[in-house]
Amino acid sequence: MSSKESSGDLAVSVRGVSKSYTIARNRTSHVTLTEAMLHRLRRPFAREPQDTFWALNDVNFDIQKGDVVGIIGRNGAGKSTLLKILSRITEPTAGQIDLFGRVGSLLEVGTGFHPELTGRENVYLNGQILGMRKKEIDREFDAIVEFSGVEAFLETPVKRFSSGMAVRLAFAVAAHLNPEILVVDEVLAVGDLQFQRRCLGKLDEVSRQGRTVIFVSHDMRTLRNLCPRGVYLRDGCVAAVGPMEDLIRAYTSEQEHDGTRLPVASGPVMIRRFDVRQSDERRAVIDGSDPFEVTVDFELIHDVNLFRLGIYLKTALGDTIARSFTTDWRPELEDLAAGHYRATLSVPGCLLMPGVYRLGLHASRYGIDTYIRDADVQCEITVMPPASYNTAHPAEHVDAAVLLRDGWNVKRRNPDDTSGNTQRHQTTFPAIAAPAAGVG
Amino acid sequence: MTTAGNAEPYLTIRPRSGWAALNLLEVWQFRDLLFSLAGRDLKLRYRQTALGAAWVILQPLMAAGIFSFVFGSVAKLPSHGVPRFLFTYAGLLAWNAFSSTLGRASTCLVGSSQLVSKVYFPRLVLPLSTLVSTFIDIAVAFAMMLVLMALYRQPLHWVILLLPVWMGLICCLAMGAGLYASALMVSYRDVGYIVPVLTQFLLYASPVAYALADVPAHLQSVYVLNPLCSLLEAFRGSILGMDFPAIGSLVYAAIVSILAFVIGAFAFRKMERRFADVI
Repeated sequence: MSSKESSGDLAVSVRGVSKSYTIARNRTSHVTLTEAMLHRLRRPFAREPQDTFWALNDVNFDIQKGDVVGIIGRNGAGKSTLLKILSRITEPTAGQIDLFGRVGSLLEVGTGFHPELTGRENVYLNGQILGMRKKEIDREFDAIVEFSGVEAFLETPVKRFSSGMAVRLAFAVAAHLNPEILVVDEVLAVGDLQFQRRCLGKLDEVSRQGRTVIFVSHDMRTLRNLCPRGVYLRDGCVAAVGPMEDLIRAYTSEQEHDGTRLPVASGPVMIRRFDVRQSDERRAVIDGSDPFEVTVDFELIHDVNLFRLGIYLKTALGDTIARSFTTDWRPELEDLAAGHYRATLSVPGCLLMPGVYRLGLHASRYGIDTYIRDADVQCEITVMPPASYNTAHPAEHVDAAVLLRDGWNVKRRNPDDTSGNTQRHQTTFPAIAAPAAGVG
Repeated sequence: MTTAGNAEPYLTIRPRSGWAALNLLEVWQFRDLLFSLAGRDLKLRYRQTALGAAWVILQPLMAAGIFSFVFGSVAKLPSHGVPRFLFTYAGLLAWNAFSSTLGRASTCLVGSSQLVSKVYFPRLVLPLSTLVSTFIDIAVAFAMMLVLMALYRQPLHWVILLLPVWMGLICCLAMGAGLYASALMVSYRDVGYIVPVLTQFLLYASPVAYALADVPAHLQSVYVLNPLCSLLEAFRGSILGMDFPAIGSLVYAAIVSILAFVIGAFAFRKMERRFADVI
């Protein structure tokens, strides 16, 4: 990424970086504890078979001083591993990274925040955990407190804070780290709207001071606004480096689904396909205006009664928005004969707020046995704003999942007229605030 | 590569292998964090307790009371010319330094797994910060010791000046074991169950509530293989003006303790690069 005209100064140089993990292979499953113990007794020192998993594989890129670089890629592409190596939490297996400046990293807001300590105590502890000296915190203390907006609660234990307040204080500390290179993981998905904006503003300010920011997010809108350039990781390798717009286009058009390798078998059920389609194409990015279909191909090895299959629809943060099973409206589907099936669920357009959602698959027998849990088989979708939706304020983070179609009717009304008739005088309407969760 | 014109990198990250330097300089640079973590532990320890910091004094007093009763009144072991309670209290004082250093150091990594997996800092900061709490405990318990001696009109001897030496060696030994145990516990939580059992065993296998002289003569040579044995005896001897263990066994204990610390620290550094991946 050396196309920045201003200066040719490198901030970060990543050369051939790889990281492998050894993972225990699917061990022989033991139904009972006794069985598991017997197995262990028979072969007490047998090593579990191990696989090597390359989280990062020969990653190369450069970042210039003052760049704000976004890293995109689906879950498991190696983004977090890369950030952990950059922030020295873990070591690469091979390769080398040269850092031309002090690195400050923020992989999680409020790491080390202790609920029993007061706000003031936590500011100091957290600042030092993030690598600040006590003197630096003394100097920045007032600015931190002002930024967080929790002045009144400094002497209160953090456990009595609302979650929003705690996050604000934690982010305020992190925002006043003054490293030359700032590494930030998905941490902006917290706090209320106004605070979000302030955080984005702060990151912007940081980059304008000529410092380098490396930023990971799943939120394409934030990435597009904040990061002119980016690195696209796919399966631990650099798929592309360049302007963010291009990367987002490449990423979204890949229509790759997230995570689970199919087929997955459990009990009598074998899941062969689980994906989301729109206009008869497999999609990871959904046009918010139009309906989309969730398709599940499954096989039953033998006849199953009391069977149900369905999905959980969750926000990126994991809150369940909807749950829908094949049998919800059609009890006759509870008894299924052995064979191959395709289940499709049609989800109407203009139902979800723009954002990232996860679909988890579920298959079970009512009250008897669960074969597939929604955490086991998942896919991720990004819902883009519907065609006429107002997208002029992209930095606004909305903590809501359900989209209401335009149902507002706004007219002038005469305040003196009690009959309810609308008239010509301008009135101020209450702001249509997004329900911001966890505001102090 | 466009490195032309760049100065030397501020920092280069590359895989390490084999043994690593202790890098105590970096630990020193993070001393603020070390003391903050220690301060946090201290502040949190007696929050929501009715008696608060009084427990620092009450705990060893109660333990010494029980041990005095069991070993003095029930088992009828001699206390070698000093008041029974003082004898036990002095032994427990040294023992507590060992067991709390070991206990706190061995659990500190797993107890702070969130920190280890989310932030960089020299990992040695965590176990070393636990020493602060232990030292404060020891200081308070020692002050209580002096009060007790005044009450019992027990004379002070100049050999009391050697106490820091014994205390230092005991903490070295405990910290060495603690460092090793904490690093192992990251991969094998079993260690978390083994350490308390071994500590309990050591408590009875070491002359805490009895003297080495009370051990059958043919077993004494086995007893002194435990470096803690001579250190405890020396510690008690320095406070209460009792006989010292043989100089040879003291030299042996000192060497073992220092070696334990050095080996523990280097093993910790060797294993620490996997902490964030495994914890």
